[in-house]
Amino acid sequence: MRPKSLRVRKAKEAAYLAGFVLAVLAALAVLGVLLWSIVAQAWPQLRWSLLTNYPLTDSTRVSEAGYASAIVGTLWVVGLTLALSLPLGIGAGIYLEEYARQSRISRVLQAGVTNLAGVPSVVFGLLGLALFVRAFGLGKVVLAASLTLTILVFPYVVITTREAIRAVPQSIRDGSLALGATKWQTIRKQVLPAAAPGLLTGSIIAAARAMGETAPLIVLGSIPLMQFLPWGPDSLFVVMPVQIYAYFKTGPAWHGVAAAGMVILLLILFAVNGAAVVLRNRLQRQRW
Amino acid sequence: MFRRPAARGESTVTEAEPERIPEPAVSVVIEDPAIESKNLSVWYRRKQAIKDVSLRIPRRKTTAIIGPSGCGKSTYLRAINRMNDTILGCRTTGEMLVEKEDAYGPNVDPVLLRRKIGLIFQKPNPFPKSVFRNIAFGIQLHYRANSGELEGIVKSALEQANLWDEVKDRLDESALGLSGGQQQRLCIARALAIEPEFLLMDEPCSALDPVATAKIEDLMFELRKEVTIVIVTHNMQQAARVADYTAFMYLGRLVEFNRTRDLFEKPREELTENYITGRFG
Ligand SMILES: Nc1ncnc2c1ncn2[C@@H]1O[C@H](COP(=O)(O)OP(=O)(O)OP(=O)(O)O)[C@@H](O)[C@H]1O
Ligand SMILES: [Mg+2]
Repeated sequence: MRPKSLRVRKAKEAAYLAGFVLAVLAALAVLGVLLWSIVAQAWPQLRWSLLTNYPLTDSTRVSEAGYASAIVGTLWVVGLTLALSLPLGIGAGIYLEEYARQSRISRVLQAGVTNLAGVPSVVFGLLGLALFVRAFGLGKVVLAASLTLTILVFPYVVITTREAIRAVPQSIRDGSLALGATKWQTIRKQVLPAAAPGLLTGSIIAAARAMGETAPLIVLGSIPLMQFLPWGPDSLFVVMPVQIYAYFKTGPAWHGVAAAGMVILLLILFAVNGAAVVLRNRLQRQRW
Repeated sequence: MFRRPAARGESTVTEAEPERIPEPAVSVVIEDPAIESKNLSVWYRRKQAIKDVSLRIPRRKTTAIIGPSGCGKSTYLRAINRMNDTILGCRTTGEMLVEKEDAYGPNVDPVLLRRKIGLIFQKPNPFPKSVFRNIAFGIQLHYRANSGELEGIVKSALEQANLWDEVKDRLDESALGLSGGQQQRLCIARALAIEPEFLLMDEPCSALDPVATAKIEDLMFELRKEVTIVIVTHNMQQAARVADYTAFMYLGRLVEFNRTRDLFEKPREELTENYITGRFG
């Protein structure tokens, strides 16, 4: 046997490392350019009245246009979506992972859930329109949008929940069961606390997904130009991406306002992310 | 004559003869055992890990189970408190009498069974919580305790496990920060806190250094008058030091059972002798 040259091995390591760093830099560069171009376009229109004013179409009053109804609408729709999808998705994840791990029903459900994640989102819009708006007679309201988005983000919550639960070592479950804990006591007191950071990651993905969806909500009748604030689940609504798109379509004069809307949407997203990270760190410390 | 070729996964021997299990050499009769298995067999799917083991384990004594790797020691131990139930495809036949009642009988709830049979694992498995919460966990599973009661029990369990002095200033720190030996004693304290009648230990010292091992052996010595201990060990000296009785297993069956001293000094079976003299295993 011929020994491998250490020099060649080290050179390979350096080459791969350089490749990885380049990949990261490329991603960061794209992100940077994107952010820069949005902020640059939005800059002339960044003002507090964006948050409090209602939408307009009158081109002479571009600098008075705002997003008040869309911001409140997004908070309602996303909040309600999380309230519905997290319990459902986490519950389903617990069932599949802890109670039905090897059964045939688990495998069928798993396949279904995974396929659900690959369906184009506009299809969910059409489904929601037929099911919630028409068949259930809810009308084009916040609740119908949230139910539709719940179906849309459900697979992500289930998948991240299963991964988080699977990452909890079996030895912890065994230790708990050996003390005479029931299965549910073991899940509730040992598995879920240990999986909490992973569950939060799933929640963030769900929130980001729900916040950015446009196509299904256009189908579901999100109305741009709404001149009042959505008041609850039974309210008509508009959400940020739809309002941004509406401004953008109105003409080149409105591109600045549209870009400013993107900045607001990004800031809401960062805020949700930040809150989740703080919560996660809190949880991790609280574990002992 | 034609014979149909065997389908995949099918044994070529049709209707296999029940395997002849040689009678174990049991040289000492245990009157009134705390645990008694009668013709206990355990399968993992189609593989039989325990073959027809009948064994009587004396009350408030320490019994060691020795034997080469893979002979079924852990499986037997986990059959006592029905931890094997949690393994998919694991099947148990025969009887496992714990205080005269079949652990696999229709009226036995494994949750209650495990509550009175502590199990210590080969690898220390503290919960990812504070030292205090590790011990409080077991108590709170079964009792509504106020914080005063809880603190009292946690303290006495840690004292019983000879761990109190080392951790009394770090009860609120993560148990994962303790040394391996401390973690294992924490697991023992955790089991003792709910006052089990039995303590099953599966190679509790195999991941520990000699000093930590000695501490756990001391602990077993103090406990042996109060609880019935069954310990699986690969370490023959350890068996000789801590156990009153020793069972030798080989390939899923019980080969020999005797007082520890007698088993090591005058084994009746050749297999036992070969194993304890280090000729295999
Ligand atoms: N979960 C399982 N699934 C399938 N087979 C298993 C499982 N656990 C153990 N076995 C098999 O059953 C037999 C007995 O295993 P067991 O763990 O009881 O042996 P052991 O005597 O404790 O060995 P060691 O000294 O190495 O711990 C082995 O052949 C093992 O491969
Ligand atoms: Mg073992």
